[in-house]
Amino acid sequence: MIRFEGVTKEYADGTTAVGGLSLNAPTGAITVLVGPSGCGKTTSLRMVNRMIEPTAGRITIDGEDTATMDPARLRRGIGYVIQHAGLFPHRTVVDNVATVPRLLGWDRRKARDRSMELLERVGLPAELARRYPHQLSGGQQQRVGVARALAADPPVMLMDEPFSAVDPVVREQLQDEFLRLQAELGKTILFVTHDIDEAVKLGDQVAVLRVGGRLAQLDAPGRLLADPADDFVAEFVGRDRGYRGLAFRPAPPLEPREEPTVPLGAAPEEVRRVTADWVLVVDAGRPVGWVEPRAIDAPVTTDRLHRGGTVARLDGSLRAILDAALSSPSGRGVLVDDDGLLLGTVTASAVVAALDGVPRTDPVEPPEPVER
Amino acid sequence: MDWILGHLDDIGGYTVQHAWLAGLPLLLGLAVAVPLGWLARRRSWLYTPIVAGTGLLYTIPSLALFILMPLVLGTRILDEENVIAAMTIYTVALLTRTVADALGAVPDDVVAAATAMGLGPVRRLLTVELPMAVPVIAAGLRVAAVSNVSIVSVAALIGVPQLGVLFTDGFYRDFLDPIVAGLVASALLALLFDLAIVALARVLTPWHRTPAAARSGSEAPS
Ligand SMILES: Nc1ncnc2c1ncn2[C@@H]1O[C@H](COP(=O)(O)OP(=O)(O)OP(=O)(O)O)[C@@H](O)[C@H]1O
Ligand SMILES: [Mg+2]
Repeated sequence: MIRFEGVTKEYADGTTAVGGLSLNAPTGAITVLVGPSGCGKTTSLRMVNRMIEPTAGRITIDGEDTATMDPARLRRGIGYVIQHAGLFPHRTVVDNVATVPRLLGWDRRKARDRSMELLERVGLPAELARRYPHQLSGGQQQRVGVARALAADPPVMLMDEPFSAVDPVVREQLQDEFLRLQAELGKTILFVTHDIDEAVKLGDQVAVLRVGGRLAQLDAPGRLLADPADDFVAEFVGRDRGYRGLAFRPAPPLEPREEPTVPLGAAPEEVRRVTADWVLVVDAGRPVGWVEPRAIDAPVTTDRLHRGGTVARLDGSLRAILDAALSSPSGRGVLVDDDGLLLGTVTASAVVAALDGVPRTDPVEPPEPVER
Repeated sequence: MDWILGHLDDIGGYTVQHAWLAGLPLLLGLAVAVPLGWLARRRSWLYTPIVAGTGLLYTIPSLALFILMPLVLGTRILDEENVIAAMTIYTVALLTRTVADALGAVPDDVVAAATAMGLGPVRRLLTVELPMAVPVIAAGLRVAAVSNVSIVSVAALIGVPQLGVLFTDGFYRDFLDPIVAGLVASALLALLFDLAIVALARVLTPWHRTPAAARSGSEAPS
């Protein structure tokens, strides 16, 4: 656990970057620091690995006061990922990743093997290993940055807006992979972002900071959206927090309706026989898209499909289920099981009706130290 | 022309001597400029005194410096150490700012990442900052090399042999051949230094030779 106890940083010019911050980042969980620009997020993060020294208060990691630890040793036990990855442009990808293991005295062979293993883990093909950073896309560089931070298997990770310099599609992909990786690794993570959506998506708990580095609210993401502590947090969390909060509300018991389907390759007559309205096309039991019977003049192929509709798991979040209904051209949201097999459909009005029956706030308390 | 052909040995000897007197100070000067430039970066209040102070050294007339050196070093007037020391001073004058600015141009996030991985200041300098500064430092070295090759000739006036001797010889005898030979040899030497530095910089910066990734902004789904 990383513990901030009344931590303050005042710069020589009198700026209070962080003012009396106290919070715990539990072992094995992701704690997100979020807040407007200049609120002291980076400063807070850098005080953990002592790239910046606090002017008051103390920070402990698993009970040990960081101020008493040798900075170099402290840092080699903490992975650090930053916005533009900060890769060494003069070293190949594999050598970048091997940096800390080499510093720790691993032999070349072992460091390289570890490095290759990590590249695979973060989803990079082995042939990129010999390249230099400038030969990679922004998203790939960021993955290398994560691999490099993980190389010596540090228990603690500090991440400063690691995904904010890539485009939204890649960002989402990186976030999903990051969550998957964290589910396997269970690191103690302090994650900084100014993006509240990213904060509620990734955080086991979210700390909202106001300018001057003061804690405005520390809560589980669902509670943050449902019950902002004050106007500042409410404003920061944003307008459609009601809708976004659905992401943290458990799905109500919904009865999916049976949906008539046609297989890929079905003939136009076959499609028209089902209904005049939109028809769901399946392939080996998995929904692949919708077709409009009167627009079909040849057997159904994938390029004829309407792909606007999202697909939700029946046990997924309310937000995903409602979105499936709202985005479907037929108005019927497609529900699947954990294996992606079709269970049926549900309309938006059915979801909203069911909504009235579920508790408004997430009953979950702020996360205890999570064992994963 | 006959004179040149008849004195090829002499000209060759002078050229080697010239290369030594101009080349060794490049290495010595670099060895001094790197820690100075680094210090100027690490302590921001030292930047101006160090960079301006070393820059001023370049304004000392070379003849004066050659004559002053024995007094400072306790050497004899004809010793080549005087020339080497003086040329080292000029090299430091040209390179200190270059080194300081080259180190300053290393992106903050790269320095931050290196620090966060537990690299101490010296290790960071040697393994990250200097390798990244090679292209800029090499550009500074090329200027210093040409400058050294040209200034060293003045040492002929204090009797240290190198290509400059050909100029004084031609001048006193009112004879063009040695002067032409000296000019051509100096130019070739300067060119040689330049090529050597470019080649060395190329070897030291393999990452500069690889084509960049297509700037697509997005990546193929994996
Ligand atoms: N070296 C410094 N000297 C003086 N003030 C500083 C220094 N570094 C940061 N600050 C100030 O401290 C405050 C917090 O800075 P910090 O970088 O921690 O903010 P941040 O929350 O990370 O912002 P952003 O989202 O823009 O990255 C800012 O007001 C900043 O101007
Ligand atoms: Mg910041």
